[in-house]
Amino acid sequence: MDTNDSLRLASLWHSMHAISQQLSPVVGCNGVELLQADNFDLHCFQSLTGTKFFVVCEPGMLHMEALLKVIYELYTDYVLKNPFYEMEMPIRCELFDLNLTQVIQKDRVSLLGR
Amino acid sequence: MQFFSGSVDSTPSPAAPPGTASGLSGNNANMLYIFNRNGVCLLYHEWHRPLRTLDAQQDQKLMFGLLFSLRSFTAKMDPTSLDKGNLGVPLLPGQGCSFHSFRTNTYKLSFMESPSGIKIILVTHPKISDLRDSLRHIYNIYVEYVVKNPLYIPGSPIKYVRKH
Repeated sequence: MDTNDSLRLASLWHSMHAISQQLSPVVGCNGVELLQADNFDLHCFQSLTGTKFFVVCEPGMLHMEALLKVIYELYTDYVLKNPFYEMEMPIRCELFDLNLTQVIQKDRVSLLGR
Repeated sequence: MQFFSGSVDSTPSPAAPPGTASGLSGNNANMLYIFNRNGVCLLYHEWHRPLRTLDAQQDQKLMFGLLFSLRSFTAKMDPTSLDKGNLGVPLLPGQGCSFHSFRTNTYKLSFMESPSGIKIILVTHPKISDLRDSLRHIYNIYVEYVVKNPLYIPGSPIKYVRKH
């Protein structure tokens, strides 16, 4: 998947998130949290400022909300607190990448250990 | 509509008055949509819908559009296949990775597409478990009583008499 594709997918997801709120039968809908496809699950987390994080995983995986919260924490620590980061731009922060890889690795290890 | 009550978890939602059709299903099921492959809404039924942002026709269009985009999104997102095609190209039923449900904090939408392109959508309470069997059951009812009805014109909205 190239950059254009990921941008297209991101904008598609953003609009679908908004449409799903409009179609809600009751008030107070905050958009899609979990999308269950045939081959994967997609968990989405929206921060209060509107930044969306989503993780694609095997169907039926648990504790993805916690992982998303951890990633959000990393984002605030290593991206937003980085003085060289410009808002709304693609993230190119070494520390963020490093810590993200570590968290994902840890998640994978704890999965194998179970 | 007894099959909805069987699959629901023990939720703290207030108990429905037993016996009333709207109370029994209104707790769990919100709306039902059936679309054909051209995007015509064959059937729309609602049990419990306090919030209405659009008129019926716009709502159905929006729902079909959402499903269409979600289908191409999941087909493109699928990590297991390499050959994914382009985003936005209409997919045939069964082509690419599809999805069977999504959940928000206020509702859960279950989706089924038959090989002939009939889309059945059920909007329910978010705590309800897998509804794929129920959707297949609804599809069987559709085949038995709509497709096999000699007076039914394919592609026209389904007229039915509601029996309590």
